[in-house]
Amino acid sequence: MRAALLCGAGLLIAVAAPFALYPVFLMKVLCFALFACAFNLLIGFAGLLSFGHAAFFGSAAYVTAHAVKVWGLAPELGILLGTAVAAAMGLVFGALAIRRQGIYFAMITLALSQMVFFLALQLKFTGGEDGIQGVPRGLLFGAIDLNQPLAMYYTVLAIFVAGFALIWRTVNSPFGQVLKAIRENEPRAVSLGYRTERYKLLAFVLSAGLAGLAGGTKAIVFQLASLTDVTWQMSGEVVLMTLLGGMGTLFGPVVGAAIVVTLESYLASTSLPVPVVIGAIFVVCVLVFRRGIVGELLARLPRR
Amino acid sequence: MSTILGIPPQALFGQLLLGLINGSFYALLSLGLAVIFGMLNVVNMAHGALYMVGAFVAWLLLTYLGINYWIALILSPIVVGAIGLVLERTMLRRLYKVDHLYGLLLTFGLALIFEGAFRHFYGVSGQPYPIPEMLRGGQNLGFMFLPNYRGWVVVASLVVCFGTWYAIERTRLGAYLRAATENPTLVQAFGINVPVMVSMTYAFGVALAGFAGVLAAPIYQVSPLMGSNLIIVVFAVVVIGGMGSILGAIVTGLSLGLLEGLTKVFYPEASNIVVFVIMAVVLMIKPAGLFGRER
Repeated sequence: MRAALLCGAGLLIAVAAPFALYPVFLMKVLCFALFACAFNLLIGFAGLLSFGHAAFFGSAAYVTAHAVKVWGLAPELGILLGTAVAAAMGLVFGALAIRRQGIYFAMITLALSQMVFFLALQLKFTGGEDGIQGVPRGLLFGAIDLNQPLAMYYTVLAIFVAGFALIWRTVNSPFGQVLKAIRENEPRAVSLGYRTERYKLLAFVLSAGLAGLAGGTKAIVFQLASLTDVTWQMSGEVVLMTLLGGMGTLFGPVVGAAIVVTLESYLASTSLPVPVVIGAIFVVCVLVFRRGIVGELLARLPRR
Repeated sequence: MSTILGIPPQALFGQLLLGLINGSFYALLSLGLAVIFGMLNVVNMAHGALYMVGAFVAWLLLTYLGINYWIALILSPIVVGAIGLVLERTMLRRLYKVDHLYGLLLTFGLALIFEGAFRHFYGVSGQPYPIPEMLRGGQNLGFMFLPNYRGWVVVASLVVCFGTWYAIERTRLGAYLRAATENPTLVQAFGINVPVMVSMTYAFGVALAGFAGVLAAPIYQVSPLMGSNLIIVVFAVVVIGGMGSILGAIVTGLSLGLLEGLTKVFYPEASNIVVFVIMAVVLMIKPAGLFGRER
């Protein structure tokens, strides 16, 4: 009941927000919030730290940008295509990476995503250092002009809500319960008869697909897909958003993404070097604040 | 014999030499990672950044104090090792009791801080570092020209790698180290100060990275970004070799460097990703890595 109220209030704020804040900024927050939620589905609910999620985010951005700009696809189809490609990549990467656990898993995903980075640098269609620029936003369903800031904003909000709802549903399903069981004690889950490899792989594909959805949407919003989207520093950033907000909480990644994006746009206008500040927050979070903001709040709420 | 498989021998051997040099750096860096991982169970994401710091310390010593390469080769690893000691004492130490993933995340944050700070002060353009007087020029080997400095890099890193391997696998200190990895409580009961040993291991591991940085300074430009892309390849090397193994780190590092060089000759487009493709293949056949064991 309380959660439903919170969601309703959050949604109301999100609907009213573009009248108070700069829509492009809000859309950036929403894209990264969806990305972080997708990442959190793995780390928070299946205990798998992927350090290569930028590969899915960035590849989807490239595919969507290329499909819309060069093939002239409608934006919704472009985003769908980007999501599908990211999910397919998730199937391949996941199948390779879930053979090892813990830090090995993290290193393998990191290395595979670096391969994607080099491909993005060398392949013809990605535009190398320049990326794909000037992606047209186009007409959603052939009717809604996405060049209108409000139309674009509500489209992104709808995509975010759909993605978030899917994650919510996944986490609160029998499938999500099995994932949590794997996170807590994998050998026991195996002995209960669950084929944990399959559960982990499915979670990986789902997470990669949702990260792709965020990346494809980002490409339409900013009309740009660039190398930054596939760097391993981007993978690290999404880890930070999740860690700062609270791993394994549903709203944590949203809060974390909002804070990091706000901070970055604020720091951009100062002379402080952004990576140093981000790195320092990382260090502080790991040392003294491992539950994150939402995690800390939940831990302090009176138990009923 | 004017060509080998349609490639002029000069080009082939030149690329193989470049590969061997890259391989030396892979070996030195993955060795340091293996030593640290063995003792601390931490994947040191700051390794690439500390390699960069090593190169920068050498450059700073030369530029501002006029201290030459040979002294920097000793001094710079000591500075980097001291930084490592401080990091371990003040931060990493607090994380041994929680999930190992937090060690990875902490060192990632540290890497961002180091790289960001140097980038802020020195930009990304890179600074040249002269080859030391003694090692200028080169040898004509008949089939190819070998610049002296590059020959020195290969020899120096091989000596350090096998010295480290010998110290860990064949000496009493190494035996304590290996024993403490298996059962720290028991080794502590024998009167050996394990926490100090852990600190020293981390300092030594990152000092190796600093050493590699000084070796690299005259070959590559000294730039804040020099570590960040290299380190991911080194991670792939570590996954291929098997994380626990010292010998695996050295052998895999050198051979993957060579293989990368060969790829550059025959199919240049793939040279950046060949290591990752091999990683994928090895993972399918032997998930623990070539020299690793399942734990």
